Amino acid sequence: MDRAATAEKIAALIAPFNKKEVAVTDATTFAGDLEFDSLTVMDFVAAIEDEFDIIISMNQQAEIETYGQLVDAVVKLQG
Amino acid sequence: MTDLFSKFDPLIQMREDLLSTGVTDPFGLVMEKVISPTVAICNGRETILLGTYNYMGMTFDADVIAAGKQAFDLYGSGTTGSRVLNGTYSPHRDVEDALKEFYGMDHAMVFSTGYQANLGIISTIAGKGDYIVLDIDSHASIWDGCKMGDAEVVPFKHNDIEAMEKRLRRIPEGAGKLVILEGVYSMLGDIAPLKEMIAVAKKYDAMVLVDEAHSMGFIGPNGRGVAEEQGCLDDVDFIIGTFSKSVGTVGGFCVSNHPKFEIMRLVCRPYVFTASLPPSVVATAATSVRKLMHAADKRAHLWENSRTLHKGLRDAGFQLGTQEPQSAIISVIMPDLERGAAMWEALLHEGLYVNLARPPATPAGMTLLRCSLCALHSAEQVQTIIGMFERAGQKAGIL
Repeated sequence: MDRAATAEKIAALIAPFNKKEVAVTDATTFAGDLEFDSLTVMDFVAAIEDEFDIIISMNQQAEIETYGQLVDAVVKLQG
Repeated sequence: MTDLFSKFDPLIQMREDLLSTGVTDPFGLVMEKVISPTVAICNGRETILLGTYNYMGMTFDADVIAAGKQAFDLYGSGTTGSRVLNGTYSPHRDVEDALKEFYGMDHAMVFSTGYQANLGIISTIAGKGDYIVLDIDSHASIWDGCKMGDAEVVPFKHNDIEAMEKRLRRIPEGAGKLVILEGVYSMLGDIAPLKEMIAVAKKYDAMVLVDEAHSMGFIGPNGRGVAEEQGCLDDVDFIIGTFSKSVGTVGGFCVSNHPKFEIMRLVCRPYVFTASLPPSVVATAATSVRKLMHAADKRAHLWENSRTLHKGLRDAGFQLGTQEPQSAIISVIMPDLERGAAMWEALLHEGLYVNLARPPATPAGMTLLRCSLCALHSAEQVQTIIGMFERAGQKAGIL
């Protein structure tokens, strides 16, 4: 799946967690802009993992701060 | 200069806000005198202890105390050394033998605390390129063991077998896998479906570590824990346990049938680079562990206490962590920290001590009043406790 298609799927998965309907760009941060707490992160990561059939370990999650970084990571993890 | 402590400002503020309401500091309790495993003097008041993890009431057992005193006289107050240098005395070997007898396993390794047992075993056996799959509600010592090692860490939703299986299935072929579970989860007092979960782990060729800290001594026909109760102990590769709950002193351990297990004594840094437990501590632990093997009557009474308290609190109208009592922990869910602290204080004024638990220790941001029962609580004490909860609940506006 190319970056655009991956980004589109991830955008759809973020929607239910984006309670304040923040406009999401590549620079949007999960902790700061979207105000994800640790419980939200767990549910959101599980949704992404199930959608793409991948694992995003906590070690990898620690490197992901923005939406753009997440899309890049998912593209890479799909191989 | 940047004050390195500024990161704690939100917590300092939260604490100040709580204490400014005039409530007693829930994290500053001092026991002035301990009368028995179930009663102490706190703030000059006789207080029933319902938050000690002293499940089997071994802390004042005459044989346990005598073993400790004898070891003091024979071996002195401490070893001043690592287990692999000058810190292994015959009582250290003896307590490891007692654990092997208790669990019917080939190897036992004793650490200075239960925290260090998890820290040491997990960080050592799961290395770079390996995967740890663990329950999201795992104890802090498990998380810290993961953080200290180099493995990839993959959590799954609490007790969710399907979520665990999905993650195991996605791990790259050939990678080492360690699944970490707990028998009893200490915040809500619920147990894990170990039989099903371990079967799935084995299907994916994962090794399995189970922390049985909160089940040792009273769950399972021989008190070996939830895995024994569910008939899957033989499929567990590593059991982690502690001396600071049912055993009644301090220390941690790992028991295993792995043929190469003894190498851990040389490669596990939290085992090597710290002083061993004082001989008096391991002597009390050995005596206590052996007595726990023959404690069927106490186990039965503890379960009766757990059922009575659970029913009494549920009938009184409290919201509890589990629908049915699953362990010796009964968790009472509070609406928020302020009312939880008020309820905790009202109970203390009634003469009852329970644990106030708050995030990040608790799941889903809950505030809990956690009660842990003891086999030495009398049936009468349990009725007294229920009455105290009812009065405090009305006073604090929970009921």
